[in-house]
Order: sequence, then C-alpha cells, then structure tokens
Amino acid sequence: MEPCEFPHIEQQLTPVFKRQGQGADRLLQILLEAQDIFHYIPAGALDCVAAQLGVPRTRVEGVAGFYSFLSLESVGEYRVLFSDNITDHMLGKPELMQYFCNKLWVEPGRVSEDDLVSVDSTSCTGMCDQGPAALVNGWPLTSLDHNRLDLVIELIRARKPVADWPPMLFEVGDNIHRAGVLLGEPFEAGAGIKAALVRGAEATLKEVELSNLRGRGGAGFPTSRKWGACRSSPGTAHYVVCNADEGEPGTFKDRVLLTSHADQVFEGMTVAARVVGAAKGLLYLRGEYRYLLQRLQETLARRRAAGLLGRSILGGAGFDFEIEIHLGAGAYICGEESALIESLEGKRGRPRNRPPFPVAHGYLDQPTVVDNVETFACAARIAEKGGAWFAGIGTPESSGSKILSVSGDCARPGIYEYPFGVTVREVLADCGAEEPFAVQVSGPSGTTLSWREFDRRICFEDLPTAGAFMVFRRGRDMFDAASNFARFFAHESCGFCTPCRVGTQLQRKIMDKIAGGHGTASDLEELKGLGRLMKDMSHCGLGHTAPNPVLDTLEKFPDMYERRLKALAFEPAFDLDGALATARRITGRDDEWAHV
Amino acid sequence: MSDTLTIDGKEIPYRPGQTIMDAAMAAGVYIPHLCHNPEFKPHGSCKLCMVNVNGRNVASCTMPAASGMTVLNDTPELNGARRSLLQMLFAEGNHLCPVCERSGNCHLQALAYYLGMTNPHYVQFYPSREVDASHPDVLLDRNRCIMCELCVRASSEVDGKDVFGLSGRGIQTRLVVNAPTGLLGDSALAVSDKAVQVCPTGALLIKRQGYRVPVGRRMFDHKPISVVQTEGGHD
Amino acid sequence: MTDGKKVRIATCSLAGCFGCHMSLLDIDERVFDLMQLVEFDRTPLTDIKHCGPCDVGIVEGGVCNAENVHVLKEFRKNCKVLVATGACAITGGLPALRNNIDLWDCFQEVYQYEGGLEGGQVPNDPELPLPFDQVRPIAEVVKVDYFLPGCPPPADAIWKFLSDLIAGREPRLDYEMLHFD
Repeated sequence: MEPCEFPHIEQQLTPVFKRQGQGADRLLQILLEAQDIFHYIPAGALDCVAAQLGVPRTRVEGVAGFYSFLSLESVGEYRVLFSDNITDHMLGKPELMQYFCNKLWVEPGRVSEDDLVSVDSTSCTGMCDQGPAALVNGWPLTSLDHNRLDLVIELIRARKPVADWPPMLFEVGDNIHRAGVLLGEPFEAGAGIKAALVRGAEATLKEVELSNLRGRGGAGFPTSRKWGACRSSPGTAHYVVCNADEGEPGTFKDRVLLTSHADQVFEGMTVAARVVGAAKGLLYLRGEYRYLLQRLQETLARRRAAGLLGRSILGGAGFDFEIEIHLGAGAYICGEESALIESLEGKRGRPRNRPPFPVAHGYLDQPTVVDNVETFACAARIAEKGGAWFAGIGTPESSGSKILSVSGDCARPGIYEYPFGVTVREVLADCGAEEPFAVQVSGPSGTTLSWREFDRRICFEDLPTAGAFMVFRRGRDMFDAASNFARFFAHESCGFCTPCRVGTQLQRKIMDKIAGGHGTASDLEELKGLGRLMKDMSHCGLGHTAPNPVLDTLEKFPDMYERRLKALAFEPAFDLDGALATARRITGRDDEWAHV
Repeated sequence: MSDTLTIDGKEIPYRPGQTIMDAAMAAGVYIPHLCHNPEFKPHGSCKLCMVNVNGRNVASCTMPAASGMTVLNDTPELNGARRSLLQMLFAEGNHLCPVCERSGNCHLQALAYYLGMTNPHYVQFYPSREVDASHPDVLLDRNRCIMCELCVRASSEVDGKDVFGLSGRGIQTRLVVNAPTGLLGDSALAVSDKAVQVCPTGALLIKRQGYRVPVGRRMFDHKPISVVQTEGGHD
Repeated sequence: MTDGKKVRIATCSLAGCFGCHMSLLDIDERVFDLMQLVEFDRTPLTDIKHCGPCDVGIVEGGVCNAENVHVLKEFRKNCKVLVATGACAITGGLPALRNNIDLWDCFQEVYQYEGGLEGGQVPNDPELPLPFDQVRPIAEVVKVDYFLPGCPPPADAIWKFLSDLIAGREPRLDYEMLHFD
C-alpha cells in the first residue's frame, strides 16, 4: 500500500477502511461512506481509496462517476432529490420542487451559495403509492406537500442533522390492500429450510421444478433451470444473489417484501444455497432503500441466532451459509443481473457480454444464481409447502401469485397480490381507478395499455410484469408519460454501447422537440426508426426496451402526438429565434434583423 | 463433425474458442468493427460488428462461433443499421475531420466511407469536452473519443500501467487519466506505449508527427477499410 | 432533368470559406461542358443578389447568423433540389469550433481584447448579421436533399455529382471521391 498524500482525508477514511475491509469488491461501499463524510468524493479521496485498495485511480474515479448518489463535486450538506417518476409528476412534483427551490434560493441541479443544500431530480424512488417523494441525504421523504416541505426547509436552515428530524417525515407505509399466498399466509421462519433439509438438495430442486416457478423480475426464466444449471456448474464457490435493485419506475413491491416479509426472502435465498451448494449469499439493495439496511441486518442477526444462518444451519452438517448486504448507489442498470454482479464486485454497473452466463461464470467468475426478491419469497413457500401446491395456483404457464405495485390515478394505491391470470380490469376495479384510460404495465420498459385492452391478463402468456401497474385516468396525456419515460432511459443508459448511449438521448431530444411544439411528421418516423435501431442493435435489455413507451404510445395514442405537430413538413431542429437571444442581449439589439 | 459456420452463404471453418469475428478474420471475410482489435480482449460496445445469427442479432466480436450457425453480415439491413450507428457516433462527438491529423488513417472515418455515409443525419450534440495537451509527446483530444476503450485495454493488458479508464455514465461517459491531477502529463504514459498506438480515431495523437504523410496518401484514402483489414491483417 | 432546357443553378456560401466554390472552379476545362448544360442564377460569380426559381441550389457553409437563415430559406423556397456542399454545410465544420465557447467571450475577444482596439465596443448596427449561440448544419434549419461531403469536395466529386444530377441519375460517388477532409 502506498502512503496517501492527503492525511486529512485519509484520517477520516481510516474507520471506513476498517469497517469495510480492503478488497477491491468493497469499492462502491467505501465510496458511499466517503460521500456521506465529505458530501462528495474529493479528488484526494480517489487517491487515498485507490492506494488503500491497491487499484488504479481510474477505477475509483470510474465508479465514483457512474452512480447517481456519488458525486465528484460538492452537493452540499443537504442533498434533496425529488423522485421524478410520472406518478410523482401527477401528484404535483414539478410545482413542489419549484416551490422548494424558490424558498431555499437554489436552482435545480445547483448547490446553494452557502454550500448548504442542493436540489435535483432522481429516478423513481419506489414510493409511488405515497408520493410525491424525495430523498434527503438518502433518507426517503414521502407524501410531500407544501406543509411538509416548509418543515423540511426549516430543519435545513437550522442545520439539524437528518437523523434528528421528526420520524413522521420518513414514515413509509406498506399499503397492502390485497394479500395472497406470499403476503397473506403466516410464515414461520425456518419452515422452508427444515423441509429442504429433510428432502435434500436434489429433491428440493425437483419441487421447484414441479412448482413451475418463473423469475419474478419480469423475464420469467424457469427458476429450477437456473438453479439446476448453477448447481451443475463447476467452480471454487457458488453464490446466491438476491436482486433487490428495484429500479423500474412504478415498482415498489420488493420494498414491502423487505420491510415486512424479509424472513421469507432470506429463507428463499437459504433454500437456494442448499440446492446450488452456496456458502455465501449477497443481497443487492438499491440505494433508495438504504433506510431498510439496519432492519435487514437485524433480521439477519436474528436468523443467525436462531441457527438459520451461519454454520451447520438447523443442524445440517456442512450446510454453512451467510448473507451479506451490498448497497447500490442510484443506477437502474444494476437491476440487469450481470451489471448487478459487476456492481457487487465494486465496479461500474455495466452489463457483461453473454455468454458466459452468470449460472456458470457470475460473481467473482463463479457459478451464481441471481433471482428477484419475490422469486426467493416464492421459493421459501415452495420449499415449505411443495411444488404441486404452488403449481395449482395461477395459470398453466404462470404458476403462483404476482405482487403488483399499483399507483397513479386510483383511490387505493399500494400492494395487490393476485393469482396469475387476473385481468387488468379486475385490478382497476379493486384499486378504485376512476375512468381509467391507460395502464403502464411493468414500468417504462413494459407495455402501455389503452382502455381497449383492459381484458388482458397479468401472466407470462399475455402480459409479463415485474409488478408495476401505473394507472392513468381519462384526460391524462400519454405523450407526457412517454416523454417522462424517455427522459428516464436517457438518464439511466450506462453508456456502454453506441445505440443505447446515443439513441436514448436522441429519443429524448425528439420528444422534447415535439413537446416544444416544433415536431413534424418526419420526427414521428424518426422515433420509429430509432426505436427499431435500439431494439435491433443494443447490448442489453435497457436499450432493447427503452423505445417501448414511445412506440406503444405512438401506436395506441397517435392523436396525442399528432395534435402537437406543426402543419409544416419541416421544422428546424432548434429554436432559431431563441438561439439569437444571447447575441441580442450582448449587442442590445432588438431590431427586425435581430430576429428570425 | 466439422467445425464450420456460414457467413452470407460462404462456409467458414473455426477452431473451438474462436468468436464469429475471429473465424471471419481468419477466413478473410470482413465484418465492420471499431472497438474490436484482435490483439485485445473483445469488448462489444460499438455494435458495428452486429451480425444476424439464425434470426437473432449478436455482436460477432464476443459471440463464440458454433457449428451450424447461419450468419448474415453484408446485408442492406445490417449495413443500414451500422451506418446509423456511425452517424450516432459522429453526432455525439466533435468530429471535425478537416482539422484532424488522423484524417485518412481514422477507422471511424474509414467505416463511414465504406458504408457510404455522406452526412451525420442526427442532430449534432456539440458536447463540451476537454483537450489535454499536458503530455510532452502525446495529445489527448476527448472531442474525438468514441469510448471504445482500446487505450484502456492496451494500457492495462499490454503496458501494465492502467493509464486510462472511463468515468461518468451514459452520454456523460468520458475518458479519464490515472494521475492525481487527471492530466496525461502527470501520468505514467510513454509515447512508446501500446495505448498510444491503438486509438481508432484521433483522440490520441503523437505530437510533432503532423502531416508527415500528406492527406491523399493515407491508409484509407484509396483503399476501403474492408480491403486494408483483410489483405494486410489488422493495421 | 429539364427536358433539354438548361439546368438553372444557384450557389451561395454561408458560414464557409468559399473553398467549395474554388473547388467547383477546379473542374477546369470541364467548365465549358458544364456551361452547355447549365445556367447560373444567384452565385458569387454572377453577382445576382437574390435567388429566383432554380433547379439546383448548392449551399456551402453552415448557419452561423440570422442572415444565413434568410439566404438559406430563400434557396430552399426557390430550388427544387438543395445540396449541402462541404463539411461546414453538412456538420457545421470549422466555424463550429466556436460552439463550446461562450458568445460573450467571442465578442470580447474580437471587439475588445484584440490588439489595436482601444476603447473597442460591441457594435449594435442592424446591418451586421446577428450570430447564433452555435453554428449549425444547414439540414437542421431546412430540408436538404443531397449531401456532398469534403473540405472541400474534390472537383472530380463535384463534377460527377452534377453530371449525375443533370442527367437525371441518382448521384453516386466512387470510393475515392467520398472524403470528409
């Protein structure tokens, strides 16, 4: 280890290094703590961390520059990030954020002159059922209104540490309105593991196969095949990874599972460990859910004390398993399993080239199972109650239940668990949607449904979903929703491949042009062409699905685009007269020739 | 069973472990590419080498060759999509060929010629990017960087120096330099490093070499990149 | 393209250096052949100030100020086929090097800091075309039908391009004629 040239910074980081260890895989976790200490990652910290971990400075700078919750420039003592999902917008986010900025004399995206506070937007924080939401130094603020913001402003002006703020500002409700086999039936911690131990690994895998369980992250890959492939892949160690990077805007069911059913999730991971022969599990918790970290650690400690984790679990000789929690730091792409693995290894969240697949070469190049939070919760139940029981619920190709995160224009936003096969119409009725007009199923990367399609069913045969269900009533402008989603993808593209890095930007720019009243019919054709290109040429699911909301709304709500178009066949790509404003100001001119 | 696949109907042998790109190169079949260089680990980021295998698009530089693959490569659809990707690269950076010393030797430009690209089509981004002239022998002009990471790989894999890396995300992705100041002049880079030789564009240039070979007599001025790279090996 | 009638061509240079026009003159003696086939409307060569109805408009240079827009729109309105000619018209080219420099800094540099300018100030004469924040390609302001790249496009490329166009063929450039430098 080389000596660090910044003794002051090194001194503050020493306890972090002690706590986190010095493996290169700890890099992201260390930088998260550094961000807390300095309110950004100072250049000197890059050098210190690089020296301490024995990695190139470029690697540290690469990670620090990749994640939204880390910054290379100061963001002030208080960093307030307003959730930018369309549901937050429908609940008044733009006006509230402006109000907040005006009161604090700070521009969005900037730091106040006294370095006290910065305000910006952030991708959906997973609080759509209780928005508008925000994060203050990583802690979630929910159900924001002017009164609550006034209080927040007062606290910031008084420089009160966030830890001492009134707890009611941070209350997060579960809002479970319909519970099924996962959320509604009592679960005894250890029941799944006991059954798995009695049955044995091979037979437990058989039960999972019998259950027809498919991945709950949306893609629906058969879980038993994933586990089986990992189990039979040679390696020095096997790993079980829980994907709790619930970043798809409009999705918050994992938040609730981890809040109130964490035992079930950890149990599922432990069962998976038994099947694939893993001694280590990792839960990747999205940065937005950092507030759950302590409680999850406590659950792990309790399970350890109860013999459900650690050495010889429940007396099973040689059944050793530990679970570690890693924090994400604001990067939607890390929900992609290979990007998630990269992030777990303390790197930039860039999706890997496949093959090889994670089941053979995953975390630290070893066989790894990566499953969604809900998938593990299902697995725990299947281990306990058997595959046949599970397969009896739902539809032939979609066994079991699905937890939906319902938000938007409805009386009762929150969590709804249904057996697979439920129609969109039933869900709309249950959540009290008035005059529903459109539903965004499975978030921006999913499907936009028009009112003509409400008899379609939530299941892999028809509408696969990771759980988001955003309702839009009559009168809502679906162009605005698509624009919001286009902005989201442009912000979240990892930048690795050309079509997605540039394509998501171009898509956003064209949507902005149309929104500004400068769009033409040729811009619509351009959007379609771009969509095809991104789908055909992108590296991963982000690029493949980024055009979905634009293409869907173009097809199903063309009038919402067309009424914005200029009648002219061609419109300049930029605002000509606006581009002369600077020169007008400098020259003091406003004559006829100073305009076009 | 013989290890062969077909590319545009032509049967091509491959050895186990080879990618589609490897097999194509060995057989003298040109697949357009920018971020790939056979001397380094495949990257798969530019997507110029996308081919269609049994109906699915895959990056040929990272996809292992397999028996019986039916690969489509030189088709109007794929070349059209590749042209669009090139136009994206031209639009997102500041590629001012007339003032670039790499002009005529530039792979980005050569591919544009090869694919008959006459204009950038997309709205120009004109990003604000830094030029670093601090090194005595090497100029780093980020305006021309296409994020292929060839210099990153070369510095790490060959030079053993890790001089380069990427930071930022999405459209903000940028090349960073391993030095406390972030400046090339304070890094361990030497003009003889492999990293300096592999840039496919003019983002990394050796100083005081300007116009030793006049424009008009450069690598791709008279021969398309497809010919240069298949007859003379990889430059 | 005009049934035996001479093809009427207009040309102009916006934010360019007239290099493309020089290259047009570089077709040398072929200019006699060309004159058999075409007649010129507004060009820097004819000194006609405004463009009338034409078959082909050849535009050199990008759009850097308000006057450029007026000229460009006049060309678009009057020309059946509009050709963006040269790097500047197609990408903004060298003038676009100023695109990341603040306009105020540009003005100061030109009118206030330049040597020999004592007490210089930014002029506000309406006769002076007002500059845009950035120099843009002409295709971002009007619809463009063809692009003829090069800095400048080689004389042979211009000749081939015009010959094709006049003969009613889709213009095609051989490999060695397609250049960005």
